[in-house]
Amino acid sequence: MAEVVLTNVSKSFGKTVAIDDVSMTIDDGAFVVLLGPTGAGKTTTLRLISGLEKLDAGSVHIGGRDVGSDTPAQRDVAMVFQQYSLYPHLTVRDNLAFPLRSPVLKTPEDQIAKRVAQIAETLQIPHKLDNKATELSGGEMQRVSIGRALVRDPSIYLMDEPLSSLDAKLRADLRVELKRIHAELGSTLLYVTHDQIEAMTMATHVGVLEEGRLVQYGTPKEIYEDPTSVYVASRLGSPRINILPSAIFPGDHKGAQIGLRPESIRHGDGVEATVVRSEHLGDQTRLHLEVSGHAITTLIDPHDDYAANSIINISPQNPLYFDASGARVV
Amino acid sequence: MAQIVIKNLKKQFGDFTAVRESSFTIEDGEFFMLLGPSGCGKTTTLRMIAGLELPTSGEIYLDGEEISQRRPSERDIAFVFQMFALYPHMNVYKNISYPLVSQGMPRSAVREKVTEVAKILGIEDILKRPVGGLSGGDRQRVALGRAIVRQPKAFMMDEPLGALDAEFREHMAEELRALHDRMGATTVYVTHDQLEAMQMGDKIVVMNNAVVEQFGTPQEIYDKPATMFVADFIGSPSMNFLPFHGKVGDGATEVAMQNANFAIPKTREPFEGDLSFGVRPEHIKLSDAAPFRAEVLATEYLGTTQIVTLQTAGGEVKARTSAQQPAKTGDTVGLEFNPATVTLFDRQSGRALRSELNEGVLHG
Repeated sequence: MAEVVLTNVSKSFGKTVAIDDVSMTIDDGAFVVLLGPTGAGKTTTLRLISGLEKLDAGSVHIGGRDVGSDTPAQRDVAMVFQQYSLYPHLTVRDNLAFPLRSPVLKTPEDQIAKRVAQIAETLQIPHKLDNKATELSGGEMQRVSIGRALVRDPSIYLMDEPLSSLDAKLRADLRVELKRIHAELGSTLLYVTHDQIEAMTMATHVGVLEEGRLVQYGTPKEIYEDPTSVYVASRLGSPRINILPSAIFPGDHKGAQIGLRPESIRHGDGVEATVVRSEHLGDQTRLHLEVSGHAITTLIDPHDDYAANSIINISPQNPLYFDASGARVV
Repeated sequence: MAQIVIKNLKKQFGDFTAVRESSFTIEDGEFFMLLGPSGCGKTTTLRMIAGLELPTSGEIYLDGEEISQRRPSERDIAFVFQMFALYPHMNVYKNISYPLVSQGMPRSAVREKVTEVAKILGIEDILKRPVGGLSGGDRQRVALGRAIVRQPKAFMMDEPLGALDAEFREHMAEELRALHDRMGATTVYVTHDQLEAMQMGDKIVVMNNAVVEQFGTPQEIYDKPATMFVADFIGSPSMNFLPFHGKVGDGATEVAMQNANFAIPKTREPFEGDLSFGVRPEHIKLSDAAPFRAEVLATEYLGTTQIVTLQTAGGEVKARTSAQQPAKTGDTVGLEFNPATVTLFDRQSGRALRSELNEGVLHG
């Protein structure tokens, strides 16, 4: 395991700038999640670290060594892709052992057997070791494909949306499992996703990417509670933070735009808001409101109800302020 | 505008029963969800209402008229599919106007209708564009436009958002619901996504293995599940089940489990045997004083709240608490369950035992 340092990294494809001057330190043993929508540069960052893409500018250091001219194999990284690609004709055991049998690693067979058994235990699939890869469920296949990365002891694990093709229940299970595996192995992990729940629940650190630039890097708590821009604030939290012109609320404001998370809206006093609709999600009820033509979402007690077109009064609580361009004003 | 009544509707494909005798009523103007895992019979039910499948037995009433044996074209129902099929060689205007033109509507009336629909959907500025170059969202809007332009009595939608990515799906779900609120047309919507069903639906039918498990408003189904399947399928994380062997009398307000007594809503039937104690994550409180002990296995930060996974003597449970609540992996804590929300289930059949909480919702 090792520290990975990106320094002023840039990468373009033709005229499209995919990564724009990104610097980032992934500490030894950290679980870093890169978060951003499609096209923000998450996967490209991963591919630059693994050596699947060549840098245009900047440098990548793994464990203190500049790996800019190394091949992917020489970089000692293990990658997990979104689409699990197992060898269908091999058993789970042979799929897991495959990376260790590579001519670069030359691992003795008895050590391979030991390691495979250990990883199968961690992933809770020891009873499936002799099954063909094609005889597994989707969740099991993805666990084997994660396991194929875990059998190695690389400098860093790179994972590209490994859970996105799984159904919601399985995803929730594997989130907890991945976090446990990370804690158990003490490994360094860089994980790419557009799923904010994965980012918040698993990461020790989150890097938020916007059009190829790293716009904020911090713990999930820092990103959620102390975002540097409207863009970052909108990445975490469901329902999404309300971004409104500050002027719709009376009083002095620190910036032109006010950011209110649905749970930071006080009910009972303040400006009048018209109820558009309520959504009962069971554990929470979302109330959709309108104030001077602006849509606002807030949360109410699951068993409260308001008819459409009724009026409630709302006022900001713990607001975040942003200037007209979207930058945070503190 | 239409009320749809489903009575003892059944469908068999050879030996395979896709839908077992099902009955429910879709009120005029409702946004109605058919929810369940794949293969549960929800799409077959939808297709029978639309006339794309003929029922083996049972009746379907549209505004009081029995229509189960009629052709689709005689039912005045519009169908929106998961894979929105547009005519690739036609522009947006022609795609939307096609159903009207094929009915022989005069050109000026067609223009008026299409303009109106384009306005409702916010796609006035792309009417002349070929559909080939449109974004996923615009293609979806055009497909919707083609369905609503005829002003049918009801809309059938089969996972229309299934192919979209998460962020965009949420946006389209809101748009669809707002569209429904403006038009007020009866809509029957098939989905396997419980959040989508809770978010958009006025009423939900939960299906599993060709059977209607429960029928009601989202909050009712969430708070008062009729079966363990419903309790597990709805909510994220889903309801916790602590299995135990025990006994409750009619009118009991406590149950003994793991050598401790727990308050429950007053029971309305006696039971002895294999039970499950069902409690939702947000109704579990971590408290130092509580005698029912558990070990923290994992915590998941979610901003304002967190999910805490705990190991108890009765099995693993998940609690949703404030993110401020201190909880660290390895800690031992006490658990309190909000007694008013607890449901006991007969573990063999999966059926919820009748109690003060769910009487009125459950029958039989």
